[in-house]
Amino acid sequence: MSDVLAVADHRRGELRPVSYELLTAGRELADALDGDLHAAVVGGNVDRFADKLDCEGVDAIHTVAEGSEFNHDVTVAAVTALFEALDPSAVVMPNSVNGLDYAPAVATRLSLPLVTDAVALDYDDGLTVTREMYGSKVETAVAVDEGPVALTVRGGEWPAAEGVGEAAIEAFEVDIDESSIRSTVRGFEEVGAGDVDISEAEFIVSVGRGIEEEENLELVEELADALDATLAASRPIVDNGWLPKNRQVGQSGKVVTPKVYLALGISGAVQHVAGMKGADTIIAVNTDPDAPIFDIADYGIVDDLFEVVPELIERFES
Amino acid sequence: MKILVTVKEVAAVADDFEIEGLEIPETYLEYDLNEWDDYAIEAAVRIAEDRDEEVEVVAVTLGPERSEETIRMALAKGVDRAVRVWDDALAEADVLDPTTTARIIAAVAEREDPDLVLSGVQAADDGFGATGVALADLLDMGWAAVVNDLELGEGEASVRRELEGGVEELTTVDLPAVLTIQTGINEPRYASLRGIRQAQRKELAVHSLADLDLDPAVVDDALTLTRLAKPETESDATIFEGDPGETAAELETVLRDAGVGAE
Ligand SMILES: Cc1cc2nc3c(=O)[nH]c(=O)nc-3n(C[C@H](O)[C@H](O)[C@H](O)COP(=O)(O)OP(=O)(O)OC[C@H]3O[C@@H](n4cnc5c(N)ncnc54)[C@H](O)[C@@H]3O)c2cc1C
Repeated sequence: MSDVLAVADHRRGELRPVSYELLTAGRELADALDGDLHAAVVGGNVDRFADKLDCEGVDAIHTVAEGSEFNHDVTVAAVTALFEALDPSAVVMPNSVNGLDYAPAVATRLSLPLVTDAVALDYDDGLTVTREMYGSKVETAVAVDEGPVALTVRGGEWPAAEGVGEAAIEAFEVDIDESSIRSTVRGFEEVGAGDVDISEAEFIVSVGRGIEEEENLELVEELADALDATLAASRPIVDNGWLPKNRQVGQSGKVVTPKVYLALGISGAVQHVAGMKGADTIIAVNTDPDAPIFDIADYGIVDDLFEVVPELIERFES
Repeated sequence: MKILVTVKEVAAVADDFEIEGLEIPETYLEYDLNEWDDYAIEAAVRIAEDRDEEVEVVAVTLGPERSEETIRMALAKGVDRAVRVWDDALAEADVLDPTTTARIIAAVAEREDPDLVLSGVQAADDGFGATGVALADLLDMGWAAVVNDLELGEGEASVRRELEGGVEELTTVDLPAVLTIQTGINEPRYASLRGIRQAQRKELAVHSLADLDLDPAVVDDALTLTRLAKPETESDATIFEGDPGETAAELETVLRDAGVGAE
């Protein structure tokens, strides 16, 4: 039998959405392998989490009651021990910030091949993982030789597991060697509060690295004024200190759901898209016809924003 | 104190590019220092500048001779010396398991015995986002991933890890440690002309896998690239054609229909 182990993600008392998505990915793989799907949750209120993870298709849930929050040292120890006990064909982990913080260590400790940020898994004699390169401009397929594998899956690519399953829920005891704990989580902090809340905005003009220079921001500010829209940005603009953190749209910034999202000189990296894909209408202006932003846009202009934006300002100002 | 910084020259594809088989022809590739590594270099150089004690900053890279141009940029920004690992076996590998990359860097790190290793969160080209943490585990060091603030204390580092949704985690990690550095942690400097001149004289050692006592077979990992393609777009975007005046006019209609600019 070839089982699959899927490891849930949680933070501050809540399972994160990717947890349910990786159950679906794990179930697909377990079906292809004709095996069982084991879910695991490490730390926090594991009993409550286990109940929630008991979705259709989950065969067993292993709870490791160690600590209240994610700690990568504990998670690596727990997942490694579970893997050794269950001997599955694959361990599926989230490609979240916490996933990035422990999955590679699970792979090295167990000497497993590691493929991160999977967007599709195909099984036909062997496992082939689809992932993206060059900021989503190229798609690659990577075949994994026989044997067990460690995978992290991108959030938002698989539907969330639903329904109620009949999983056996079992507490799994792990001997955590105190000396192996080298990191301590001291707390959390919300950042990015400020004068404007872009998550409430109805119309957003958002600007990316295509703006090139800080001085050029004036142009998009002018446009935002003319359209009576709120100005937001992709990460590099905030990294450069050109706009405050509370204007950043994306995975580590804000999630926005405006009626209109006008993306100027933004490539559409997955971490950016995570924050704006829920907009009713997405419009992109980008010089690169292959920019991934066009894949999710409703309307697009393949042109220089410095040519298009002044024309647009003129139309709304007059 | 010694700080090791892992750096990579990454390729970006040009706006119009083609794929031939499992490769993108060189003409469509533009090379540059990995964005995340630029911030890691800056973090390392600042520690060296701010500390009273002597701090050596060493950059390590896996890359062909061409990548020396990029590595020289790191040297020009204040890195003291660099180690480049390359080998025929590496040149032939189509895709490297990130843990394989980490194994090779670990061989360099073991020789250097650093007190701190700084790595970028991810490489912009293959985007595995795994080398730093894998390296930490192989070196039996502590680690923290996606760090956007760093303070070194006695025997430990206090860091902020940037989680999703504007939440940061405050964590302390025992030293020696590997930290993967997120963009925005600092403002990377430009290389000065003087720095660029000095970089020419700095040591850039080149090692093969054998030099590091690694079997070239380390590269024969379990991953094989089987397909490289432009993603099939499911886009049903309406693309406005014409000069900027025309496209802006079309865009105006869409915006007005959506209620933008209404009184
Ligand atoms: C853990 C993690 C979290 C992250 N969180 C976020 C996040 O919350 N938000 C976020 O945005 N990113 C985030 N990122 C970064 C993300 O991966 C990208 O690096 C970033 O979104 C790229 O921003 P961009 O599109 O502005 O820049 P680029 O990707 O450089 O794109 C610039 C675009 O501008 C176009 N362009 C250039 N000149 C012009 C012109 N004159 N006219 C029109 N178009 C032009 C180019 O064709 C290109 O498509 C995160 C990354 C990581 C690893």
